Amino acid sequence: MLSQKHLLGLENLQKSDIELLLETAESFKEIIDRDVKKVPTLRGKAIVNLFYEPSTRTRTSFELAGKYLSADTINFTSSASSVRKGETLKDTAKTIEMMGVDAVIIRHSSSGAASYLSRHVTASVINAGDGTHEHPTQALLDMFTVKEKKGTLSGLKVAIFGDILHSRVARSNIFGFTKMGSEVFVAGPSTLMPPDIEQMGAKPVEIIEEAVRDADVVIALRIQLERQQKGLFPTIREYSKFFGLNKDKLALAKSDAILLHPGPVNRGIELTSEVIDGSQSVINQQVKNGVAVRMAVLYHLIGGSRE
Amino acid sequence: MKKLLKGAKVLDPSQNLDGMRDILVVDGRIAEIKENIEISGAEVIDLSNYIITPGLIDIHAHFREPGYEYKEDIESGSMSAAAGGFTAVACMPNTKPPIDNSALIEYVKFRASQVGKAKVLPIGCVTKGQEGKEITEMGDMARAGAVAFSDDGKPVASSSLMRKAMVYAAMFDKVVIDHCEDPSLFEGGQMNEGRVSTLLGLAGIPAASEEIMVARDILLAKAMKVPIHIAHISTKGSVELIRKAKSEGVRVTCEVTPHHLTLTEEAVIGYDTNAKVNPPLRTQEDVDALLEGLKDGTIDAIATDHAPHHIDEKDLEFDQAAFGLVGLETALGVILTNVVGKNGISLNTGIQKMTIGPAKVLGLEMGTLKVGASADITVIDINREWIVDKDRFFSKGRNTPFHGLKLKGKAVMTIVDGNVTYSEIE
Repeated sequence: MLSQKHLLGLENLQKSDIELLLETAESFKEIIDRDVKKVPTLRGKAIVNLFYEPSTRTRTSFELAGKYLSADTINFTSSASSVRKGETLKDTAKTIEMMGVDAVIIRHSSSGAASYLSRHVTASVINAGDGTHEHPTQALLDMFTVKEKKGTLSGLKVAIFGDILHSRVARSNIFGFTKMGSEVFVAGPSTLMPPDIEQMGAKPVEIIEEAVRDADVVIALRIQLERQQKGLFPTIREYSKFFGLNKDKLALAKSDAILLHPGPVNRGIELTSEVIDGSQSVINQQVKNGVAVRMAVLYHLIGGSRE
Repeated sequence: MKKLLKGAKVLDPSQNLDGMRDILVVDGRIAEIKENIEISGAEVIDLSNYIITPGLIDIHAHFREPGYEYKEDIESGSMSAAAGGFTAVACMPNTKPPIDNSALIEYVKFRASQVGKAKVLPIGCVTKGQEGKEITEMGDMARAGAVAFSDDGKPVASSSLMRKAMVYAAMFDKVVIDHCEDPSLFEGGQMNEGRVSTLLGLAGIPAASEEIMVARDILLAKAMKVPIHIAHISTKGSVELIRKAKSEGVRVTCEVTPHHLTLTEEAVIGYDTNAKVNPPLRTQEDVDALLEGLKDGTIDAIATDHAPHHIDEKDLEFDQAAFGLVGLETALGVILTNVVGKNGISLNTGIQKMTIGPAKVLGLEMGTLKVGASADITVIDINREWIVDKDRFFSKGRNTPFHGLKLKGKAVMTIVDGNVTYSEIE
């Protein structure tokens, strides 16, 4: 049983919670490969995907995770801008809740939106990405993938590089991997490095090579191209030159290092095609593991009674 | 009409008075202040065990009228002031429409006189419509009763315009109050930039956003030999800039709020929108510097920046919630409990910064109990323990980060021009 009713982030999750979720995901993973991908575990449960930001893979992943467990899943998508003019998040959520849902999966552009929602509904709230705060299921699936390949999450050197400032994936991974006993190095342009990041337990380094050197795990982040227009880096070309990962830079990592990316990838910008499609890349396996991890999260939050 | 206030200890920093005195009020003015006054025909109010101070003055509040009466109006704001022990409140002009002409100054004064719970001192806009383009008719507004000029909430970005405004206002012996914020550094910011903004993934507001404008204003005041008042300073850097400028004789004054003196960015953890305020709550290092500035005289006044908002503007996702918090009913209690006695700050200093200190900043003939002055008086129970309950506020605003806080010390009676505007005394 999880210590929490909601999954708002990895900051407040205990190490034992993470271990439990990863173990459960392991047992759920084989369901995805079955001919008949359905178990009755969450039959009669209703789940809503409340997505205020465009997302295909995370929403689909949650939806399939629910369906494989026999829950009824529905999607509510809206852009934050249209909502701003109309109904508030609180009112929308309460309306949906009154229809009897057991879990609300929320993706929203405001940091803290999932936490806010959890104070206003009695259903379990699952954070599928809130602004630049956290994206816990992404970090869980990253950890699951790493554990599958490395056998452990303890004592690893993990390098995360890119736009750390705006990355909810980076924050959740920093919390998660450090909790599990790994060392996390972060690298990115100084304009995209948040202040006092070391107080979160990460080790900031100036250049990507330093982060990647002798790493067991390399996690690339997606660079939002509009950051360039805001003057956070001069050109895509220069970004790619200094903070893109190619075969030569990846060679600095341990020979058995694995490469992750939350997707979708900007080919040729943060990663070259040769490393995306190379033997060290586990990007496609992350996607499959994402469904298994989300099944585990749904199972522990709404399967069975908490009392 | 005669009132005799008997048996209290009188604390009046304007005349270095700290002792047992009786006060005789005749026709709304202080007629006599000395030990053991005996007189017949006066209403006697027994204030044994209480402290009497000059009426508290807040030089930075938002009463939202006209235009935003759903947040606050002059009546609810005045009641809130009286309940907090304030006898005079200077109101910022960022209303709808903005108070940028003498007719609107007259309107605010008229509404305040109808309510009669506090002296409402209107502040006029620096620029027409707060648009930052052309300066307002400051002379006309000064004559109508404007006590100062400010584009609070919309900082004057143009240094050239600011310089003209400061010089022009000085011609009428008025000061410009600047909300110091560099708009390009502030852009999109939600809270102090630092450890907590990184943790919460909220866009940060750097200290430099404030300090650059403080430095600019100081340089302008120095060059033109005119005064400037810096609103609600929040950073160690601002304290240092102002301290240095004062030592060089620059005519700069500044204020600090009770929340910036007692809370840090940690209050935002959990995405509490009641701790979302501009300037943002900073770090303990900043708080310590502000306390030091208060003690050594760098900071002239404590002001609330009372900023009521409707619940619907606060009960939102953090980045969509309004900035600001209410402060009139908690200011005195917070200062007495969490500032006085800390870092060597005396009760006298605390009261000074809420009475004669702010009066001097705006050149108001207030903040004193000297014979002949208006009988604006605050009676304080220094030992009263109470718990902040936002649902019992007179203000329409419920947006306070102090809800549930246990405080010691409270205004129990407020008197304006000899009339009791608030009383908890039987």
